Amino acid sequence: MLETILAGISGLGSGALSLVSVAGLPNLIMLAAGGVLLYLGVGKNVEPLLLVPIGFGCVLVNIPFGGLNEEGGLLKTLYDMGVANEVFPLLIFVGIGAMIDFSPLLEKPSMLLFGAAGQCGIFLTLLLALALGFTNLESVSIAIIGACDGPTAIYVTSQYAPHLLGAVSVAAYSYMALVPIIQPPIMRALTTQKERTVRMPTIRKSVSARARLLFPIVVTLVGGLIAPKGLPLLGTIMLGNFMRESGVVARLTKASENEIANVVTLFLGLAIGSTMEGHAFLTPQTLAIFGLGFLAICLDTVAGVVFGKIVCAATGGKVNPLIGAAGISAFPMAARVVQVEGQRYDKRNYLLMHAAGANTGGQIGSVVAAAVMLSVLQAMGLG
Amino acid sequence: MDKWSFGLTLLVVGISGTFITLWLLGLVTELLKKAFPLEPEEKK
Repeated sequence: MLETILAGISGLGSGALSLVSVAGLPNLIMLAAGGVLLYLGVGKNVEPLLLVPIGFGCVLVNIPFGGLNEEGGLLKTLYDMGVANEVFPLLIFVGIGAMIDFSPLLEKPSMLLFGAAGQCGIFLTLLLALALGFTNLESVSIAIIGACDGPTAIYVTSQYAPHLLGAVSVAAYSYMALVPIIQPPIMRALTTQKERTVRMPTIRKSVSARARLLFPIVVTLVGGLIAPKGLPLLGTIMLGNFMRESGVVARLTKASENEIANVVTLFLGLAIGSTMEGHAFLTPQTLAIFGLGFLAICLDTVAGVVFGKIVCAATGGKVNPLIGAAGISAFPMAARVVQVEGQRYDKRNYLLMHAAGANTGGQIGSVVAAAVMLSVLQAMGLG
Repeated sequence: MDKWSFGLTLLVVGISGTFITLWLLGLVTELLKKAFPLEPEEKK
Protein backbone atom coordinates (compact mmCIF):
# COMPACT_ATOMS: atom_id res chain seq x y z
CA MET A 1 0.00 0.00 0.00
CA LEU A 2 2.76 2.43 1.05
CA GLU A 3 4.70 1.58 -2.09
CA THR A 4 1.67 2.37 -4.22
CA ILE A 5 1.21 5.71 -2.46
CA LEU A 6 4.90 6.56 -2.95
CA ALA A 7 4.68 5.56 -6.64
CA GLY A 8 1.65 7.81 -6.97
CA ILE A 9 3.44 10.71 -5.30
CA SER A 10 6.43 10.28 -7.63
CA GLY A 11 4.11 11.11 -10.52
CA LEU A 12 3.66 14.60 -9.10
CA GLY A 13 6.33 17.12 -9.86
CA SER A 14 7.98 14.83 -12.43
CA GLY A 15 7.91 17.70 -14.93
CA ALA A 16 9.76 19.98 -12.54
CA LEU A 17 12.35 17.31 -11.73
CA SER A 18 12.94 16.70 -15.43
CA LEU A 19 13.30 20.42 -16.14
CA VAL A 20 15.99 21.00 -13.52
CA SER A 21 18.05 18.06 -14.78
CA VAL A 22 20.73 18.48 -17.47
CA ALA A 23 18.49 16.76 -20.02
CA GLY A 24 15.78 19.30 -19.31
CA LEU A 25 17.95 22.34 -20.02
CA PRO A 26 16.84 22.75 -23.67
CA ASN A 27 13.20 22.71 -22.51
CA LEU A 28 13.98 25.27 -19.83
CA ILE A 29 15.59 27.57 -22.40
CA MET A 30 12.63 27.16 -24.74
CA LEU A 31 10.20 27.94 -21.92
CA ALA A 32 12.05 31.25 -21.64
CA ALA A 33 11.92 31.65 -25.44
CA GLY A 34 8.16 31.02 -25.32
CA GLY A 35 7.96 33.72 -22.67
CA VAL A 36 9.87 36.12 -24.92
CA LEU A 37 7.44 35.43 -27.78
CA LEU A 38 4.50 36.07 -25.46
CA TYR A 39 6.15 39.29 -24.28
CA LEU A 40 6.74 40.43 -27.87
CA GLY A 41 3.14 39.65 -28.79
CA VAL A 42 1.44 41.06 -25.69
CA GLY A 43 3.89 43.69 -24.47
CA LYS A 44 5.25 44.98 -27.77
CA ASN A 45 2.30 44.19 -30.05
CA VAL A 46 4.55 42.33 -32.52
CA GLU A 47 2.25 40.19 -34.72
CA PRO A 48 0.23 39.27 -31.58
CA LEU A 49 -2.31 37.13 -33.45
CA LEU A 50 0.44 34.71 -34.37
CA LEU A 51 3.11 35.18 -31.71
CA VAL A 52 0.73 34.68 -28.78
CA PRO A 53 -0.47 31.20 -29.86
CA ILE A 54 3.03 30.28 -31.10
CA GLY A 55 4.55 31.38 -27.79
CA PHE A 56 1.94 29.52 -25.76
CA GLY A 57 2.33 26.42 -27.94
CA CYS A 58 6.09 26.65 -27.33
CA VAL A 59 5.49 26.80 -23.56
CA LEU A 60 3.08 23.85 -23.67
CA VAL A 61 5.37 21.60 -25.69
CA ASN A 62 8.37 22.24 -23.46
CA ILE A 63 6.74 21.22 -20.20
CA PRO A 64 7.97 17.62 -19.84
CA PHE A 65 5.50 14.72 -19.85
CA GLY A 66 2.55 16.89 -20.89
CA GLY A 67 1.99 14.60 -23.85
CA LEU A 68 0.45 17.33 -25.99
CA ASN A 69 2.81 16.56 -28.84
CA GLU A 70 2.42 12.79 -28.73
CA GLU A 71 0.11 10.76 -30.94
CA GLY A 72 -3.43 11.78 -30.01
CA GLY A 73 -2.26 14.85 -28.08
CA LEU A 74 -3.85 18.24 -28.81
CA LEU A 75 -0.87 19.89 -30.50
CA LYS A 76 0.07 16.83 -32.56
CA THR A 77 -3.55 16.52 -33.69
CA LEU A 78 -3.65 20.18 -34.72
CA TYR A 79 -0.34 19.78 -36.56
CA ASP A 80 -1.51 16.70 -38.47
CA MET A 81 -4.91 18.25 -39.11
CA GLY A 82 -3.74 21.40 -40.83
CA VAL A 83 0.01 21.94 -41.04
CA ALA A 84 1.31 18.57 -42.25
CA ASN A 85 -1.22 18.66 -45.10
CA GLU A 86 -0.83 22.44 -45.66
CA VAL A 87 -4.54 23.16 -45.15
CA PHE A 88 -4.20 25.88 -42.48
CA PRO A 89 -2.01 28.31 -44.49
CA LEU A 90 -4.33 27.89 -47.46
CA LEU A 91 -7.42 28.67 -45.38
CA ILE A 92 -5.66 31.77 -44.09
CA PHE A 93 -5.00 32.76 -47.69
CA VAL A 94 -8.74 32.69 -48.43
CA GLY A 95 -9.13 35.18 -45.57
CA ILE A 96 -6.25 37.35 -46.80
CA GLY A 97 -7.77 37.43 -50.29
CA ALA A 98 -11.09 38.48 -48.78
CA MET A 99 -9.40 41.31 -46.89
CA ILE A 100 -7.20 42.76 -49.67
CA ASP A 101 -8.36 45.52 -51.96
CA PHE A 102 -6.33 45.20 -55.15
CA SER A 103 -7.64 48.51 -56.54
CA PRO A 104 -4.34 50.46 -56.16
CA LEU A 105 -2.61 47.72 -58.14
CA LEU A 106 -5.33 47.57 -60.78
CA GLU A 107 -5.06 51.33 -61.29
CA LYS A 108 -1.45 50.77 -62.33
CA PRO A 109 -0.80 47.09 -63.20
CA SER A 110 2.86 47.79 -64.05
CA MET A 111 3.36 47.93 -60.26
CA LEU A 112 3.38 44.13 -60.41
CA LEU A 113 6.98 44.38 -61.61
CA PHE A 114 7.91 45.97 -58.27
CA GLY A 115 6.29 42.94 -56.70
CA ALA A 116 8.62 40.76 -58.76
CA ALA A 117 11.75 42.75 -57.83
CA GLY A 118 10.82 42.48 -54.15
CA GLN A 119 11.16 38.70 -54.31
CA CYS A 120 14.78 38.58 -55.49
CA GLY A 121 15.93 38.14 -51.89
CA ILE A 122 14.31 34.71 -51.86
CA PHE A 123 16.52 33.39 -54.61
CA LEU A 124 19.70 35.12 -53.41
CA THR A 125 19.17 33.76 -49.88
CA LEU A 126 18.81 30.30 -51.35
CA LEU A 127 22.43 30.50 -52.53
CA LEU A 128 23.57 31.73 -49.10
CA ALA A 129 21.76 28.87 -47.36
CA LEU A 130 23.38 26.36 -49.71
CA ALA A 131 26.78 27.93 -49.00
CA LEU A 132 26.18 27.45 -45.27
CA GLY A 133 25.68 23.73 -45.80
CA PHE A 134 21.91 23.39 -45.68
CA THR A 135 20.45 20.73 -47.98
CA ASN A 136 18.71 21.78 -51.19
CA LEU A 137 15.19 21.54 -49.78
CA GLU A 138 16.14 23.09 -46.44
CA SER A 139 17.63 26.01 -48.36
CA VAL A 140 14.39 26.45 -50.31
CA SER A 141 12.42 26.56 -47.06
CA ILE A 142 14.78 29.09 -45.47
CA ALA A 143 14.89 31.26 -48.58
CA ILE A 144 11.11 31.52 -48.64
CA ILE A 145 11.29 33.70 -45.51
CA GLY A 146 12.19 36.35 -48.09
CA ALA A 147 8.65 36.12 -49.42
CA CYS A 148 7.73 38.17 -46.32
CA ASP A 149 4.55 36.18 -46.29
CA GLY A 150 3.83 33.90 -43.33
CA PRO A 151 1.34 31.47 -44.90
CA THR A 152 3.54 31.03 -48.00
CA ALA A 153 6.59 30.33 -45.81
CA ILE A 154 4.61 27.79 -43.76
CA TYR A 155 3.16 26.16 -46.88
CA VAL A 156 6.55 25.67 -48.53
CA THR A 157 8.41 24.65 -45.36
CA SER A 158 5.81 22.10 -44.29
CA GLN A 159 6.29 20.44 -47.69
CA TYR A 160 10.06 20.44 -47.95
CA ALA A 161 11.59 20.79 -44.47
CA PRO A 162 8.94 20.31 -41.77
CA HIS A 163 11.66 20.01 -39.11
CA LEU A 164 12.51 23.70 -39.73
CA LEU A 165 8.91 24.90 -39.53
CA GLY A 166 9.15 26.49 -36.08
CA ALA A 167 12.29 28.50 -36.84
CA VAL A 168 11.16 29.54 -40.33
CA SER A 169 7.70 30.61 -39.16
CA VAL A 170 8.90 32.59 -36.16
CA ALA A 171 11.60 34.26 -38.27
CA ALA A 172 9.10 35.09 -41.03
CA TYR A 173 6.52 36.66 -38.72
CA SER A 174 9.07 38.44 -36.53
CA TYR A 175 10.90 40.05 -39.44
CA MET A 176 7.63 41.02 -41.11
CA ALA A 177 6.78 42.96 -37.98
CA LEU A 178 10.24 44.53 -38.04
CA VAL A 179 9.92 45.83 -41.61
CA PRO A 180 9.49 49.45 -40.39
CA ILE A 181 12.87 49.14 -38.65
CA ILE A 182 14.73 47.04 -41.24
CA GLN A 183 13.79 48.91 -44.42
CA PRO A 184 14.39 52.67 -43.84
CA PRO A 185 18.21 52.54 -43.40
CA ILE A 186 18.53 50.49 -46.60
CA MET A 187 16.21 52.86 -48.48
CA ARG A 188 18.24 55.88 -47.36
CA ALA A 189 21.57 54.25 -48.14
CA LEU A 190 20.59 53.38 -51.70
CA THR A 191 18.86 56.60 -52.78
CA THR A 192 19.87 60.23 -53.17
CA GLN A 193 17.99 63.13 -51.59
CA LYS A 194 16.80 64.12 -55.10
CA GLU A 195 15.41 60.63 -55.79
CA ARG A 196 13.60 60.49 -52.46
CA THR A 197 11.77 63.73 -53.20
CA VAL A 198 10.44 62.67 -56.61
CA ARG A 199 6.71 63.35 -56.65
CA MET A 200 4.32 61.04 -58.45
CA PRO A 201 0.98 62.12 -59.96
CA THR A 202 -2.26 61.45 -58.10
CA ILE A 203 -3.92 58.20 -59.14
CA ARG A 204 -7.39 58.72 -60.63
CA LYS A 205 -10.05 56.03 -60.41
CA SER A 206 -9.96 54.08 -63.67
CA VAL A 207 -10.98 50.51 -62.86
CA SER A 208 -14.50 49.25 -63.35
CA ALA A 209 -16.26 46.86 -60.97
CA ARG A 210 -16.26 44.23 -63.73
CA ALA A 211 -12.51 44.44 -64.18
CA ARG A 212 -12.05 44.12 -60.40
CA LEU A 213 -14.32 41.07 -60.39
CA LEU A 214 -12.52 39.37 -63.27
CA PHE A 215 -9.02 40.13 -61.97
CA PRO A 216 -8.85 37.21 -59.48
CA ILE A 217 -10.05 34.79 -62.15
CA VAL A 218 -7.46 36.05 -64.63
CA VAL A 219 -4.66 35.80 -62.05
CA THR A 220 -5.72 32.27 -61.14
CA LEU A 221 -5.80 31.17 -64.78
CA VAL A 222 -2.58 32.85 -65.91
CA GLY A 223 -0.61 32.05 -62.75
CA GLY A 224 -2.04 28.54 -62.50
CA LEU A 225 -1.24 27.71 -66.10
CA ILE A 226 2.33 29.00 -65.86
CA ALA A 227 3.21 27.58 -62.43
CA PRO A 228 0.56 24.94 -61.60
CA LYS A 229 2.31 23.66 -58.47
CA GLY A 230 1.55 26.98 -56.81
CA LEU A 231 -2.12 26.89 -57.67
CA PRO A 232 -3.23 26.07 -54.10
CA LEU A 233 -1.62 29.33 -52.92
CA LEU A 234 -2.74 31.48 -55.83
CA GLY A 235 -6.17 29.87 -56.07
CA THR A 236 -7.10 30.34 -52.43
CA ILE A 237 -6.05 33.99 -52.18
CA MET A 238 -7.90 34.74 -55.41
CA LEU A 239 -10.98 32.81 -54.25
CA GLY A 240 -11.16 35.08 -51.22
CA ASN A 241 -10.75 38.17 -53.39
CA PHE A 242 -13.34 36.98 -55.92
CA MET A 243 -15.87 36.49 -53.13
CA ARG A 244 -15.10 40.01 -51.87
CA GLU A 245 -15.46 41.64 -55.28
CA SER A 246 -18.58 39.65 -56.27
CA GLY A 247 -20.48 41.15 -53.35
CA VAL A 248 -23.04 38.33 -53.46
CA VAL A 249 -21.50 36.10 -50.78
CA ALA A 250 -21.00 38.64 -48.03
CA ARG A 251 -21.53 35.99 -45.35
CA LEU A 252 -18.79 33.77 -46.78
CA THR A 253 -16.46 36.74 -47.25
CA LYS A 254 -16.98 37.89 -43.66
CA ALA A 255 -16.58 34.35 -42.34
CA SER A 256 -13.34 33.93 -44.32
CA GLU A 257 -11.79 37.15 -43.08
CA ASN A 258 -13.06 36.81 -39.52
CA GLU A 259 -14.23 33.53 -38.03
CA ILE A 260 -12.33 31.10 -40.26
CA ALA A 261 -9.15 33.18 -40.32
CA ASN A 262 -9.29 33.64 -36.53
CA VAL A 263 -9.85 29.98 -35.68
CA VAL A 264 -7.25 28.80 -38.18
CA THR A 265 -4.74 31.39 -36.94
CA LEU A 266 -5.15 30.06 -33.40
CA PHE A 267 -4.73 26.44 -34.51
CA LEU A 268 -1.84 27.29 -36.82
CA GLY A 269 0.00 29.25 -34.14
CA LEU A 270 -0.35 26.48 -31.58
CA ALA A 271 0.75 23.87 -34.13
CA ILE A 272 3.83 25.91 -35.05
CA GLY A 273 4.62 26.39 -31.37
CA SER A 274 4.50 22.63 -31.01
CA THR A 275 7.48 22.32 -33.37
CA MET A 276 9.62 24.34 -30.96
CA GLU A 277 10.48 21.53 -28.57
CA GLY A 278 13.85 22.32 -26.98
CA HIS A 279 15.89 19.34 -28.12
CA ALA A 280 14.79 19.75 -31.74
CA PHE A 281 14.78 23.56 -31.87
CA LEU A 282 17.97 24.56 -30.08
CA THR A 283 20.49 23.87 -32.79
CA PRO A 284 23.05 26.05 -34.59
CA GLN A 285 20.76 25.66 -37.62
CA THR A 286 18.07 27.72 -35.91
CA LEU A 287 20.45 30.64 -35.39
CA ALA A 288 21.56 30.40 -39.02
CA ILE A 289 17.92 30.43 -40.13
CA PHE A 290 17.26 33.63 -38.18
CA GLY A 291 20.34 35.25 -39.72
CA LEU A 292 19.44 34.15 -43.24
CA GLY A 293 15.84 35.27 -42.80
CA PHE A 294 17.04 38.74 -41.84
CA LEU A 295 19.33 38.84 -44.87
CA ALA A 296 16.49 37.69 -47.12
CA ILE A 297 14.34 40.66 -46.18
CA CYS A 298 17.29 43.07 -46.51
CA LEU A 299 18.08 41.66 -49.97
CA ASP A 300 14.41 41.98 -50.99
CA THR A 301 14.52 45.64 -50.03
CA VAL A 302 17.82 46.22 -51.82
CA ALA A 303 16.52 44.57 -54.99
CA GLY A 304 13.26 46.53 -54.81
CA VAL A 305 14.94 49.91 -54.36
CA VAL A 306 17.58 49.20 -57.03
CA PHE A 307 14.77 48.23 -59.41
CA GLY A 308 13.02 51.47 -58.44
CA LYS A 309 16.17 53.42 -59.34
CA ILE A 310 16.34 51.70 -62.71
CA VAL A 311 12.67 52.54 -63.41
CA CYS A 312 13.28 56.10 -62.18
CA ALA A 313 16.17 56.51 -64.62
CA ALA A 314 14.28 54.82 -67.48
CA THR A 315 11.24 57.09 -67.04
CA GLY A 316 13.28 60.27 -66.77
CA GLY A 317 12.70 60.65 -63.05
CA LYS A 318 8.93 60.10 -62.98
CA VAL A 319 8.99 57.24 -60.47
CA ASN A 320 10.17 57.61 -56.89
CA PRO A 321 12.60 54.71 -56.27
CA LEU A 322 11.43 54.41 -52.66
CA ILE A 323 8.33 52.71 -54.11
CA GLY A 324 10.54 49.69 -54.81
CA ALA A 325 10.78 48.93 -51.09
CA ALA A 326 7.02 48.33 -51.04
CA GLY A 327 7.43 45.48 -53.53
CA ILE A 328 7.90 43.05 -50.66
CA SER A 329 4.82 41.28 -49.46
CA ALA A 330 4.60 42.66 -45.91
CA PHE A 331 1.22 44.35 -46.34
CA PRO A 332 0.46 47.12 -45.53
CA MET A 333 3.58 47.90 -43.44
CA ALA A 334 5.95 48.28 -46.40
CA ALA A 335 3.62 50.77 -48.13
CA ARG A 336 3.39 52.82 -44.94
CA VAL A 337 7.18 52.81 -44.59
CA VAL A 338 7.50 54.25 -48.11
CA GLN A 339 4.95 56.96 -47.33
CA VAL A 340 6.71 57.92 -44.10
CA GLU A 341 10.17 57.95 -45.73
CA GLY A 342 8.90 59.99 -48.67
CA GLN A 343 7.35 62.59 -46.37
CA ARG A 344 10.46 62.74 -44.23
CA TYR A 345 12.15 64.62 -47.12
CA ASP A 346 9.11 66.33 -48.65
CA LYS A 347 6.09 66.84 -46.43
CA ARG A 348 3.80 67.25 -49.44
CA ASN A 349 4.88 64.07 -51.19
CA TYR A 350 2.01 61.56 -51.17
CA LEU A 351 3.34 58.16 -52.23
CA LEU A 352 0.91 55.98 -50.32
CA MET A 353 -1.38 54.93 -53.18
CA HIS A 354 1.55 54.13 -55.46
CA ALA A 355 3.25 52.24 -52.64
CA ALA A 356 0.02 50.36 -51.89
CA GLY A 357 -0.07 49.31 -55.56
CA ALA A 358 3.49 47.99 -55.35
CA ASN A 359 2.72 46.37 -51.99
CA THR A 360 -0.34 44.48 -53.26
CA GLY A 361 1.82 43.61 -56.26
CA GLY A 362 4.29 42.19 -53.74
CA GLN A 363 1.51 40.14 -52.16
CA ILE A 364 0.82 38.53 -55.53
CA GLY A 365 4.55 38.52 -56.31
CA SER A 366 5.42 36.46 -53.23
CA VAL A 367 2.82 33.86 -54.13
CA VAL A 368 3.95 33.78 -57.76
CA ALA A 369 7.61 33.46 -56.71
CA ALA A 370 6.70 30.52 -54.47
CA ALA A 371 4.59 29.01 -57.25
CA VAL A 372 7.46 29.34 -59.74
CA MET A 373 9.85 27.82 -57.22
CA LEU A 374 7.54 24.88 -56.47
CA SER A 375 6.96 24.23 -60.17
CA VAL A 376 10.69 24.32 -60.96
CA LEU A 377 11.35 21.92 -58.07
CA GLN A 378 8.67 19.58 -59.40
CA ALA A 379 10.28 19.67 -62.83
CA MET A 380 13.59 18.77 -61.15
CA GLY A 381 11.88 15.76 -59.59
CA LEU A 382 11.98 17.27 -56.09
CA GLY A 383 8.37 18.38 -55.78
CA MET B 1 22.72 17.49 -59.50
CA ASP B 2 25.24 19.32 -57.32
CA LYS B 3 24.02 22.03 -54.98
CA TRP B 4 25.42 24.94 -57.00
CA SER B 5 23.69 23.78 -60.21
CA PHE B 6 20.52 23.48 -58.13
CA GLY B 7 20.93 26.94 -56.61
CA LEU B 8 21.86 28.72 -59.81
CA THR B 9 19.02 27.04 -61.73
CA LEU B 10 16.51 28.22 -59.14
CA LEU B 11 18.09 31.68 -59.08
CA VAL B 12 17.94 32.17 -62.85
CA VAL B 13 14.67 30.38 -63.59
CA GLY B 14 13.07 31.60 -60.38
CA ILE B 15 13.77 35.31 -60.84
CA SER B 16 13.11 35.33 -64.59
CA GLY B 17 9.99 33.15 -64.16
CA THR B 18 8.63 35.47 -61.48
CA PHE B 19 9.28 38.59 -63.58
CA ILE B 20 7.79 37.08 -66.75
CA THR B 21 4.69 35.78 -64.95
CA LEU B 22 4.04 39.10 -63.23
CA TRP B 23 4.74 41.07 -66.43
CA LEU B 24 2.18 38.85 -68.22
CA LEU B 25 -0.30 39.37 -65.41
CA GLY B 26 0.21 43.13 -65.71
CA LEU B 27 -0.35 42.94 -69.44
CA VAL B 28 -3.53 40.90 -69.10
CA THR B 29 -4.79 43.26 -66.40
CA GLU B 30 -4.27 46.25 -68.72
CA LEU B 31 -6.28 44.40 -71.39
CA LEU B 32 -8.96 43.67 -68.80
CA LYS B 33 -9.21 47.36 -67.99
CA LYS B 34 -9.51 48.22 -71.67
CA ALA B 35 -12.12 45.51 -72.28
CA PHE B 36 -14.19 46.62 -69.28
CA PRO B 37 -13.69 50.36 -68.92
CA LEU B 38 -15.16 52.45 -66.17
CA GLU B 39 -18.90 53.01 -66.72
CA PRO B 40 -20.10 56.64 -66.65
CA GLU B 41 -22.11 55.90 -63.47
CA GLU B 42 -19.01 54.50 -61.79
CA LYS B 43 -17.04 57.67 -62.61
CA LYS B 44 -19.51 59.64 -60.55
